[in-house]
Amino acid sequence: MTDKFDVYMIGVGGQGIGLLSEALARAVWASGQDVRGVDTHGLAQRGGTVVSQLRVGADAHTPLIRAHSAELVIAMERNEALRGVLSHAKPGGTLLWYDAVWQPLGVRIRSEVPLKRESIAQACEQLGVTERRVFVEELMDARMQNTAILATIAHGGLMPNVSRENLRDALSDLLGGATLANNLSLFDGLSGPGD
Amino acid sequence: MKKLNDVLLDHEPGSEIMMGNWALVRAMIEADVRVVTSYPGSPTPEIGAAILGLPSEKRPMYFEWSVNEKVATEVAFGASLNGHLSCAFFKSVGLNVAADSFVQLGHMELVGGLVIVLGDDPGANSSQNEQDNRHFARLSYTPVLEPASPTEVMHMFKQACGLSRDMRMPVILRLTTHVCHHKELVHYGSWSPPERDDTPRFDKKAGPYIPVAATVFPLKQRALKKLEQVRAWADDKAPVQSSPGSGGTLRDDLKKKGSQDWVDKPSQPEAVFETPLNRVVDNGNCERGVITMGLPYLSLIDVLADAEEKPDILKLGMVHPLPRETVVRFLEHHSEVKILEELDDFLEQQIKALAYDRGLKTRIIGKETLEEWMGEYTPDKVAEVLRACWGDLLPVSGEIPQVEEHLTARGPRPPQLCPGCGHRTVFHAVRGWLKENDIAVADIGCHTLGFLPPYEVGDALLCMGHSNGTAAGLGLFNNTRRVIAFIGDSTFFHAGLPGIVNAVFNKHNHTLIVMENGTTAMTGHQDHAAGGTNTRGPTVEIPVQQVLEGLGVTQVTRVSAYQEDKLRAALDESFSTPGFSVIIASHPCMLKKTRERRRQGKKPLVPVQVNESCERHYICLSEFACPSYQIADDGGVWVQEDLCIGDRSCMQTCPVNAITPRPKETNPKETDND
Ligand SMILES: Cc1ncc(C[n+]2csc(CCOP(=O)(O)OP(=O)(O)O)c2C)c(N)n1
Repeated sequence: MTDKFDVYMIGVGGQGIGLLSEALARAVWASGQDVRGVDTHGLAQRGGTVVSQLRVGADAHTPLIRAHSAELVIAMERNEALRGVLSHAKPGGTLLWYDAVWQPLGVRIRSEVPLKRESIAQACEQLGVTERRVFVEELMDARMQNTAILATIAHGGLMPNVSRENLRDALSDLLGGATLANNLSLFDGLSGPGD
Repeated sequence: MKKLNDVLLDHEPGSEIMMGNWALVRAMIEADVRVVTSYPGSPTPEIGAAILGLPSEKRPMYFEWSVNEKVATEVAFGASLNGHLSCAFFKSVGLNVAADSFVQLGHMELVGGLVIVLGDDPGANSSQNEQDNRHFARLSYTPVLEPASPTEVMHMFKQACGLSRDMRMPVILRLTTHVCHHKELVHYGSWSPPERDDTPRFDKKAGPYIPVAATVFPLKQRALKKLEQVRAWADDKAPVQSSPGSGGTLRDDLKKKGSQDWVDKPSQPEAVFETPLNRVVDNGNCERGVITMGLPYLSLIDVLADAEEKPDILKLGMVHPLPRETVVRFLEHHSEVKILEELDDFLEQQIKALAYDRGLKTRIIGKETLEEWMGEYTPDKVAEVLRACWGDLLPVSGEIPQVEEHLTARGPRPPQLCPGCGHRTVFHAVRGWLKENDIAVADIGCHTLGFLPPYEVGDALLCMGHSNGTAAGLGLFNNTRRVIAFIGDSTFFHAGLPGIVNAVFNKHNHTLIVMENGTTAMTGHQDHAAGGTNTRGPTVEIPVQQVLEGLGVTQVTRVSAYQEDKLRAALDESFSTPGFSVIIASHPCMLKKTRERRRQGKKPLVPVQVNESCERHYICLSEFACPSYQIADDGGVWVQEDLCIGDRSCMQTCPVNAITPRPKETNPKETDND
């Protein structure tokens, strides 16, 4: 058996997915496992699809995840959730997605129909992937959606050997001041008591 | 985890998760590079950002964003002549701009050393092509080291510095996109700020430094000889003869490593033979071998994880000049060798020629299809290439379940102009103004995106700064089709000026729109010459308008990019008389401004809303196409407030004035004045 756990993160430029991947990388590192990864830089960050890849384990050498082989796909937007699960989820893996909708141009110019929430569940079922949808009413700031995802990972133990404390510490490492306080209270509320 | 600045300036050895671009900066500091120059371009701008993140009084080197890559190369060259170890870094196509100066460097005695760091972009992740810059290395007799990972970036940069200083020649460190951005645990060495003597040591007797006509030949001969010495060093055969007066880093390096003999050790997963740069992974396979380098090497290791039979691997760290003896020994030990090489058949050609010269019988398998010339050698791509070469090598991959058709048919989501971007208003206005047959020449920058739907303004594009030359040509023998060209304000200084001077000088007949946003937006908001600040603080401002007037452009109109009516009027005016004219469409980059606002703790502006008078003309949604506008299930239009920045540039586009600022009372955290 190869020792690897691949996390494929996908979203739209501007959603702050870089923060999510940085926090996860730090948490994995603190858990004592090997970690490597790569983020999208450059123009794609301007409202295009952005991807971050994180690979855990000694048998991962490139930062690039192969098609249909990610144990965990994390998506920050509905349309991107479908894209990510189709291209990278491993059968038997998990899709963790935040249900924000940033309509792609095709929908806005009415050449494509809007994607329904149920379509994600259908795709997951047909691919043999476990679906976990996250949505929080009335978030103070859209970038806190990343924290809601981290809290769900902590709550569900979705990353092997990564503890709630590892994730919480990573968040504390990266944010400061009032932003940190707001994010921690969201994290604590959603992640439940430590496991 | 430590803060990046503390890692970069750490006096003690340590380890940290770093991307390749950051590992490079730590290596620069450990190697005591004195002068670093660049013009921004993906995948390398994070190198500059990391350097600039260091407080200026603690920055151990001089760093500038030069006006273009050619100037960056020249500044680094000049500093090297004075004895300073120097480094210029830029993206792949930056070398085209630098080329006229770059190709001369090998002819020169670079006393201080000069390393050119290239960010090549196989896969064209963020470039206008995926050119293979190893060809330039060959053309100019320049050695190339190619790391595969951030750890290797760290080591090979230092080796490149030693090699360059010892040999007094330029050395290229060739990175690719996913080496630059790959993050992994990197172990770094110790560093203490050395005592420095920055006396300018330029001595023309170390030259000659003036190549003209016949004096070129001794210089060329010396360049060729140096290249052969480097080849020998890379082969670990003979120590390099260091130039007189150099520090002898190379010899020390060899002493440290010891000169190991080639041995076929019994099967081991790890490298058993390591020259300073090249390594063999011996899997005990006498039949099959692979010669590879850089990121494709790591992809190969990943792909072979599930293979029962693993070929032996020769991983080259020095890809130019080819370490011939190392390669010959590898070929001799195998019946079949695949050259696993991203982009062009650069090594394949040389290795096949070498095998012919030495009378080797090994079957050498190069590129078999055009596909193998294209794209990044990711693990998936490498698996495909290996399967085509050795059908039995890799296990058959499992079936991937299919999903129903209606779940797959979603288009890609390309990048788009940000909410509030002044470029959008310009394209919306120009789209309405252009006639069917008119020709719009695009240039490179965020505004390139104007070519995409729904604006579709932009019909031809070569490279940065081409637009005026190309537009001039399109205007010849042409009295019927109007020609407009675009250029960004950073590009204006980078490569735009000669085309503009030419348009004035040769009386060309088109209109240029300068998309002035006060920054180099596309690559991450670096300062440019019109902005009034450089990497060290305030500097002289060189306003675009004054430059144009100084160059003799008689018709220069300045318009706020947010005013569509005025833009169209300016275009009408420009084409009412023949000749070359310029419109400066000005509005600050709103991504930069919004971020600054947030950083300063200012309240966000009140977003707009669509009120009851909306008659569903959908101009905001489908023609102006700010991403904040969303369509509801019932066909109504709403504003996604996570995206709207309250800039109000959209309000003018609604024929029934249905777009208004949302009443402030609903959210006390917002403000309606700037
Ligand atoms: C020779 C070369 N160097 C660098 C780049 C990377 N690059 C692309 S666009 C651009 C400049 C963008 O600035 P500007 O012209 O002001 O346009 P903006 O993005 O601000 O609209 C740069 C540096 C390139 N494509 N080619």
